[in-house]
Amino acid sequence: MKIIRDRTIVDDDFVHVTDGSEQAAATKPIVPLAEYVKSRETLLARHAAVGVRVPSDKLPSDIPDLQRLALIAIEFPKFTDGRGYSVARMLRQRHAYRGELRAVGWVLRDQLLYLERCGFNAFEMKPGKPLDSGLEAFSEFSVRYQADVDDPRPLYRRR
Amino acid sequence: MYQYDDYDRRIITERAQQFRGQVSRRLSGEITEEEFKPIRLQNGLYMQLHAYMLRVAIPYGLLSSTQVRKLAHIARTYDRGYAHLTTRQNIQYNWPKLTDVPSILDELASVEMHAVQTSGNCVRNITADHFAGIARDELEDPRPYCEILRQWSTFHPEFANLPRKFKIAITGAPGEDRAAVRFHDIGLRIVENAAGERGFEVLVGGGLGRTPVIAEVVREFLPKRHFLSFIESILRVYNLHGRRDNKFKARIKILVTALGIAEFRRRVEEDWEASRTPELELTDAEVARVSAFFAPPPYESLPATDRVEGIVLGRDRELGNWVRNNVFSHKVPGYSAVVVSVKKQGIPPGDVSDTQMDAIASLADRYSFGHVVVTHTQNLVLPDVKTAELSKLHAELRALDLGEANANKLTDLITCPGLDYCDLANARSIPLSLEIAERFDRIDYLNDVGDVSIKISGCINACGHHHVGNIGILGIDKRGEEFYQLMLGGSPGNDASIGKILGRALAQDEIVDAVEKVLGRYLEIRESTDERFLDTVRRVGFDPFKVAVYGTADPLEAAGDAA
Ligand code: HEM
Ligand code: SF4
Repeated sequence: MKIIRDRTIVDDDFVHVTDGSEQAAATKPIVPLAEYVKSRETLLARHAAVGVRVPSDKLPSDIPDLQRLALIAIEFPKFTDGRGYSVARMLRQRHAYRGELRAVGWVLRDQLLYLERCGFNAFEMKPGKPLDSGLEAFSEFSVRYQADVDDPRPLYRRR
Repeated sequence: MYQYDDYDRRIITERAQQFRGQVSRRLSGEITEEEFKPIRLQNGLYMQLHAYMLRVAIPYGLLSSTQVRKLAHIARTYDRGYAHLTTRQNIQYNWPKLTDVPSILDELASVEMHAVQTSGNCVRNITADHFAGIARDELEDPRPYCEILRQWSTFHPEFANLPRKFKIAITGAPGEDRAAVRFHDIGLRIVENAAGERGFEVLVGGGLGRTPVIAEVVREFLPKRHFLSFIESILRVYNLHGRRDNKFKARIKILVTALGIAEFRRRVEEDWEASRTPELELTDAEVARVSAFFAPPPYESLPATDRVEGIVLGRDRELGNWVRNNVFSHKVPGYSAVVVSVKKQGIPPGDVSDTQMDAIASLADRYSFGHVVVTHTQNLVLPDVKTAELSKLHAELRALDLGEANANKLTDLITCPGLDYCDLANARSIPLSLEIAERFDRIDYLNDVGDVSIKISGCINACGHHHVGNIGILGIDKRGEEFYQLMLGGSPGNDASIGKILGRALAQDEIVDAVEKVLGRYLEIRESTDERFLDTVRRVGFDPFKVAVYGTADPLEAAGDAA
């Protein structure tokens, strides 16, 4: 599957897995948060890199040992569900999480810039949506008023 | 007033380009109608019963004469020759063609205006006291902080998909709240602490709609430099924990009520401790930069005259009434603030025509340093008029049909669009407001009754703010017929209160009579002419008014029915 990572279209090297046998086979699995919470020692020992898929009603404090994760995927069940933006910003700024932060679910082109500004660097677009059109979204604005994850200085400290 | 620099201009220009692209991707089918809706809303485009409506932002209500002329031009060129002032100091066009909208946005951008974040589940236009910067009772001008908040909220990446819309209002006048801060999601009051330091009292969780709530204090004193980081924390707690399962329970007031203010405060303070960064602190340089745009205009030094009293008592009764009702005191000697009432018999409250707007722009240039302010009561203010020129100004206003002497009086009504325009309505509200205006349009009666507000909504969504009317009227549906509930005792100000239903709902042919009976009883029982309608209601309670309207105070007979 193709995804956008760091503003480039790439083949996904991770796979979403749900049941145990699939998990064991994958080199880089993305497992549901509940699964990870249950058997994280096994997972972290067995795989080169572990990703976790986090439902939209969870907070960073619900993800144990998050520094050991190579990838955190935040779910967007609906494109209007804005919780993931705050969760991403908290992960980057408060928890200093440096791994891949991926938006999954109902992810649309017109959200990519805001998502990126909140700390996401990877995007699984909603099936059927063109990825190349998505790439244009990142450069639609050349100025931003607020502090964000890229630059903690609001415009009034740069003006 | 604030002037865009290159940064501000680029942001608005790039937004217009972005929206053009979004419209064409909608037309090509890449974006579905459902996905397009929040995009359209956050660019000010609302779908009404008959057509699209475009809501243009007027930050804290302040306009230059150039902007007013542009708004007139848009009304003439792209709409039906009028526009509508809203209760949040914005302006709406009710009949734009979708294909004209990009051109309208370009026209607006040419005078540093836009329509962004005037609808949708985001931080909306920041509103303020309409006498900001000129009120005698003001501690400090709130507009620099409004502008700083406007910039902070414009395209804030974290808070563009909130559970529901989010409204912020600021006042710098401790004595009188003209911005209804207690009925906003966040209300800010500039206050001074015991050490003489200025900061904000932060209120949270107020609102009208289906569940009216008076905001509670979440922070008694917030040093100014922390105000952006603190507001971010309030929004973050709301964004993460506000309800998203039911649109009618999604406002922050529901979250604050459910958690209780103590727990809500604890969560905000906890987030704030963890999230505030030194960079987010406001700098003195930024406050100074923005404040410079709101420096007082070049006032002349004039003697403090008592001419106002002279005019009120003078021979020209029409002028005297207008000065008494529509002219307000100004902090600079020799100047006055003038409310230009657009509430004229036969005109839906808030509507202004293109020719009126052009004329007001010209009056602003000649009498008031080129500035106009929109009030949340859907009128206009000329903020800096020389007291000595009031009678000349009044003569010009009268010639334009804008000389109504009814500010804060019975016929200065607030009304939502109601059944004529709105598909959620239970009842008509504009025709009712016109009928009320016609019934009571006698200046001696208005003066006798004094300050009283009537606010009308066509359904429980409360766009007409009926909960905070001294007299509130709510349209309900009773077996398919339009009925109205009569409420008394609401107030949006420092003495905030939510009106209560007087008794059973009234039919269309009963409601105006009922208002007249209520007012008649007030005139009989008030202690003196100084006791306002609201004070009388608070002093005597509802029984005398129930007797006046229903002939009995019997709770069964006058019982309110659940709507
Ligand atoms: C046909 C057009 C309109 C429709 C369908 C509409 C619909 C609504 C709805 C559904 C709400 C409730 C929102 C909530 O509680 O979360 C609301 C609130 C509100 N509306 Fe409208 N509205 C319309 C026009 C207007 C106009 C023209 C104005 C201003 C003059 C207005 C001012 C307001 C205000 C101030 C509120 C907020 C009340 C609060 O603080 O909770 N609306 N509207
Ligand atoms: S109060 Fe109801 S009827 Fe009036 S505009 Fe709002 S939604 Fe429509």
